[in-house]
Amino acid sequence: MQEIADWFRSLYETTGLNFTIFYDPYDAWQFARGVGMTVYLSVVSILICLVVGVIGAWLQSSGIKVVRGVIEIFVVIFRNTPPLVQIFFFYFGMGELLPANYNDIGLREPLLSNVQWAIISLSLFAGAFNIEIFRSGIEAVPDTTVEAAEALGYTRLGVYRHVVLPLALRVCLPALNNNLVNLLKTTTLAYAIAVPETLYATTQIWAESQNVTEMMFVLLATFVLLVGVLVWVMHRWERSLRIPGFGR
Amino acid sequence: MAAWTPDQPMVRLRDVHKSFGQSEVLKGISFEVMKGEVICIIGPSGSGKSTLIRSINALVPINSGSITVEGQEVNDPAVDKLALRRKVGMVFQQYNLFPHRTALQNIMMAPIHVLKQDRSEVEARARALIRKVRLEGKEDTYPGELSGGQQQRVAIARSLAMRPDLMLFDEVTAALDPETVKEVLVTIRELAREGMTCILVTHEMGFAREIANRIYFTDQGVIVEHGSPQEILDHPREARTKAFLEQVL
Repeated sequence: MQEIADWFRSLYETTGLNFTIFYDPYDAWQFARGVGMTVYLSVVSILICLVVGVIGAWLQSSGIKVVRGVIEIFVVIFRNTPPLVQIFFFYFGMGELLPANYNDIGLREPLLSNVQWAIISLSLFAGAFNIEIFRSGIEAVPDTTVEAAEALGYTRLGVYRHVVLPLALRVCLPALNNNLVNLLKTTTLAYAIAVPETLYATTQIWAESQNVTEMMFVLLATFVLLVGVLVWVMHRWERSLRIPGFGR
Repeated sequence: MAAWTPDQPMVRLRDVHKSFGQSEVLKGISFEVMKGEVICIIGPSGSGKSTLIRSINALVPINSGSITVEGQEVNDPAVDKLALRRKVGMVFQQYNLFPHRTALQNIMMAPIHVLKQDRSEVEARARALIRKVRLEGKEDTYPGELSGGQQQRVAIARSLAMRPDLMLFDEVTAALDPETVKEVLVTIRELAREGMTCILVTHEMGFAREIANRIYFTDQGVIVEHGSPQEILDHPREARTKAFLEQVL
């Protein structure tokens, strides 16, 4: 570790390229915390948005018209508005509506933090797309397969859980893949409500260390790496779900 | 209503009508099946055979008339369809196996998920069923890797794993190669000999002759005539039956 730090320090002294995060402990810590926050936002939002997608797609086939209508409106709202506007809507709009505590010196302590609002907002944003993605997969499951499950006495939920969803998931994985990659990249919008994720940390660092160009490269490389890891995980998953003799 | 006893018809259809939009596909179908009987329904395509057999386990709701299975009215909005379907096994023309599960898992799924039975007990039964349909060694094979005839035998085993009282076969050999038809028919014949109550929609006249207690000939939504295999296949009374048999035999 010390060698790396020394190398980057000498790089700065000889060329002027200033990668502070590799030798300055404070910048390194700030950057690492930022990446940690991006990973945290991504993982939690991915998990929640998958649940939103699975449940939403199930409700979309509900026999109750009102339920279908609510899902439809939800999808339209979150698909037709910019994610940054959604984050602002939740943080500034909804945040004001919720009750808040006041601390000893009279400062407002909101019920939900900016990180929590970011997670809610990002999860619903990606979840709305997941509903549509899962629906496309569900529609690809043949009616006759569903009929066979019904004939065996499965309930509607049983058919969904044991037959439709496992098959739909395999069909829609490529589209899901894209959406989750998009979600990871969209976490940078949490910057706008001061969530200390990677982009936020980076701007803090370059403001103090005057190394905008260097940090821009670091930022790009970081996201290439993060998305690379996500794509690798998704491909592993895709492979593990592959069925012999089914599809390609 | 008095509880059903085996001396009463297991399946009873009374004046069953069914329309899809403007076209009426079942125009007053009535028949009865006793426990242990094997009934074959024959007739030209589009005569409503598949709709008829699907109405018995409530996959197709009927417009009017009455269908009872073991004394339970199927054409009743309050009927417990799931309980009904646990008693009635069904095998389809296109096998309809669950492609993401192996042959053994296909057989084990419903008893575990639907009947909540013990996994190890279900597995022992599933392995016995695999042997019964002569597919030893194919337990861990996925449907996509099996031939049509093999898939159809897995589908039969899958239905039997629910220990149904009645089996419905909807043109189960129609999608098969001629050489694999036989292996499926052998399986069904064994079932019939063991006393399973079966209703088959089929185009295999030779098989119907051999296996059926009664044959029903349907055309354009009505039962044109019915009787023993000899009566229907050798001495048909109706002109429509004669014309149909001349085409297929």
